[in-house]
Parts: sequence; C-alpha cells; structure tokens
Amino acid sequence: MKVAIIGVGTTEFGELWDESFRSLFLSAGLSALEDAGISGKEIEAIYIGNMSAGKFVDQEHIAALIADHAGLAEFGIPAIRVENADASGGSAFRQAYMAVASGMHDIVIAAGIEKVSDASDPMEVLSSAIDQEWERFVGANLPAIYAIIARLHMHKFGTKEEDLAMIAVKNHKNAVHNPKAQFRKEISIEDVMSSPYVAEPLKVLDCAPLSDGASAVVLANEEIAKRLCDTPVYVKACTQASDYFSIQNRRDILTFEAVVKASRKAYKISKIEPKDINIAEVHDSFTIAELIAYEDLGFAKKGEGAKLIREGETEIGGRIPVNTSGGLKACGHAVGATGIRQIVDLVIQLRGEAGKRQVNAENALALNIGGSGATAVVSILSR
Amino acid sequence: MVPRIWRRIRYRYNVIASYCESCGSYYYPQREICPKCRRRGIVKEVEINDEGTVLSYTVVNGRKIALIEFKNGTRMLAEVCGDIEIGSRVKKAFRRYGEDGEAGIIYYGTKFVPII
Repeated sequence: MKVAIIGVGTTEFGELWDESFRSLFLSAGLSALEDAGISGKEIEAIYIGNMSAGKFVDQEHIAALIADHAGLAEFGIPAIRVENADASGGSAFRQAYMAVASGMHDIVIAAGIEKVSDASDPMEVLSSAIDQEWERFVGANLPAIYAIIARLHMHKFGTKEEDLAMIAVKNHKNAVHNPKAQFRKEISIEDVMSSPYVAEPLKVLDCAPLSDGASAVVLANEEIAKRLCDTPVYVKACTQASDYFSIQNRRDILTFEAVVKASRKAYKISKIEPKDINIAEVHDSFTIAELIAYEDLGFAKKGEGAKLIREGETEIGGRIPVNTSGGLKACGHAVGATGIRQIVDLVIQLRGEAGKRQVNAENALALNIGGSGATAVVSILSR
Repeated sequence: MVPRIWRRIRYRYNVIASYCESCGSYYYPQREICPKCRRRGIVKEVEINDEGTVLSYTVVNGRKIALIEFKNGTRMLAEVCGDIEIGSRVKKAFRRYGEDGEAGIIYYGTKFVPII
C-alpha cells in the first residue's frame, strides 16, 4: 500500500531550559496534528524514537506516557518506543511506515524526542551508542571513533581539515533561515579551524551539539491521504541496515556498510537513482560523517567526497543540496528526534514551504545513522 | 553499578582473538560465532603476541587511541603510549587503564608502545 506523510511538526532544537520532556512532545505532536488537520482520535498507533530517556530524564516506558499526555489514553491505541541510538527517530519512522504499508493501520504517528540538557554529561550518554566493553573501555568516545575515521580518510584520499570545516560552514549558513534551528548564525572556515580539538583531527565546530527537541509526522495510506491532504508527500522507500558494531571489525572503516546497503535497497525499491535525488538531509553528527555520506549514498565516488563540498555542489543552488535545514551541526541534534526532524524538513521542502532555503525538488533522501554507523536508515520521499 | 571488568580480565590482560578452523578467519575481540560459517564454524581462541601497525589514531581527553592492525588481519582499538603516526609499528604493554573511583578496583589492560 502506498504511504504518504500528511502532517509534520517540530519544536525548535536547542538548549530549551523552559521546556520539559513532556512539554516538548506535546508541542511537536500537536503541531503535526494541526498541520494534518485532524483531531488526533483518528490515530491508530504511535511510534516514538528515543535513545535514552532513562539516562537523560530518568523516565522509561515513555511511549504510553506520551500517548496518555497526548490525550489518547481513552482510545487505548498501541504506543511503541523504538531505540537505535541516534537513529531512533529514523527507525521509528520506518516502523510507522511498515504499519501503514502493510495495511495493519490506516493512519499513525511517528515521532522522536530527546531532552538532553537535564543530564550532567549528555555526550557520555550518547557515547553509550558505541561498544562499552571494547571501545569505551580503552578511552574512546563517539567523537574519537569518527576522528579515527577522519584521519584515515585524510591520509588515504587527501581530504583536508579545511574540507571538513567547509561542511560546518555550509550547514551554519543554511540554518540562518530555519526558524527551528539551534544555531542561526554563520561561521567562517577560520572559526572552525581555530576551535579546539575534541578528538584530533575533529574540532568543536566539526561536532553537532546535543540538543533538546521533538518532531512528529503523521502517516496515512494513499486513500486517506488524498482525502485529508492537498499536498501529500509519498514515502517511496524506507530501508534500514546494520553493520559490525565496532570499527575493529569493519573491513573498511572509510565505508559505512550499513549506509551502502540501506541506500542501495532504497534506490532499488523506489526506482529512483542517486542522480535523481534533488535534496538530502544526512546525518552530520560530525562533519566527516556528512562527507562520507556523499560517497556511501552514491553522490560522489569513494574518496571524492571532498570534491563535492569544494565545488559547492551540496550548497543550496548546487547539484544536490545537503542539509538545507542546517543539519545536525547547526539545526541541532536532538538524538532520538533527529531522524524525524529530517523527514519534517524534507516534507517542508517538497511542499515548497521552505522560504529562503527553498530548493526545487521532486525527490528527497534522508539518512539517519546510529552511533558510529552500526545502524543506518534511509528514506526516499517524493511529491 | 557493579564493576563488570572482572568477567573480561582474561581478555584484557592478553590480546585474545578467535580463529575459525572451518574458514581460517580471525576475529578480534573474541566472539562465539563465525559470521561466515555460522553454525558450521569451529571457533577457537588464539592469543596474539605480534607487533601491530597503526592504521589510524586520535587524541581524545589527552589520550592517544589507535586502531592497530595485526599480521592476521585483526584490528584492535587501544591506547598507545608514545609518539606515533599512521604506519607506526607498536608492541603490547600491560598498563593501567583506569579505576572505579578512588577506592574502587583498578582496571588494567593491554596498551601499546612504539617500537623504536
């Protein structure tokens, strides 16, 4: 069954001191329902992407909690939390997609939420997405794993720290026009280059922040979508793959095998090729991750990712604009919400509602990655 | 949380990989199932005492963390004490990794030092 997105909503991403875990999901969910023009009682199931409410806000069992506070307890609908580190949102979206595609449900919500700023060390929590026993134990954290990958990419392919800086600069520039973005402020190559190292060769401004935020989308089958919505956006494919958990076991640490597998499958199912993708939101938790995504998604040959950013091909106005929202780097990275936030931004673009960052696009791709790449979710959306 | 390190002491004090007798593949860290042979695999533990080569590395929180490759193709993430670059040769050394607070147990494990 064909599946369409008929409503989207997101909170602002950032350090939202006035917002609680509960106020965030209510705000995102209500704006998605309002956008879809439905009251909420039509919803048959909800899927929530969330990495670590237990560690961040000391609350587990959050799917039923959210359903209750969204006023859905009376209807007793199934509420499911999905956890795949920072690919939780993308994974929740895929579960929701499958529920409608299979005909099991007609109309569902996929949402993502993370409230990180109540925790004392959010990066410590995010680093539990890598192998505790064999990576964390020896002193590595999530930035360290990406840094090891970055150094080898630079050594093998001649990628420069300045190339990575250009990705941060581009994403900050895009975020200026995104009202939901955390950093609506341009930065320069010099700003990035002079920021301190987090894990050599990655610097503070190569890293996405950890943010509070929540996002939600309403999915429905084609028939209902056409009845309720003038501008349905169709999900042409939503695929997911996994890989060896630790970089110790990957044959080639410069290729995210899960991204390659998920994207090839998505291209095959949707009959849309990399050259037909007009816009993408990719998982730039670190600048090197965006650069390697260019290669693994087939936008550039392996080793030539830097060429794309040097030649401006991924800027707004380029051949394939990437992260017009600002990406994780500048829009913010609300961990479990990010995968849904990417879908929200692409839907806004495909509907032509993106204002100053508008791109003329027919087909859009979202890539959401968990941890250091052991999980990847790829979604292809079309008008 | 209860310290978990004691369960893995044998594997931290030595570099122990798995060898599948069915297909000849090596894996580090040690694992129960050969991903190539699945249930037909015959997996045995083997100790690695070779020198390694630095495939890549980073410096994080003042520590040098490297991905080290051995002759049999297995790779290991470990701290290196000393100056290295990509391609440097290193050998293992028994060192302190950390401790569970001031009064807690001390974590020892395998680090590497450059071969000069």
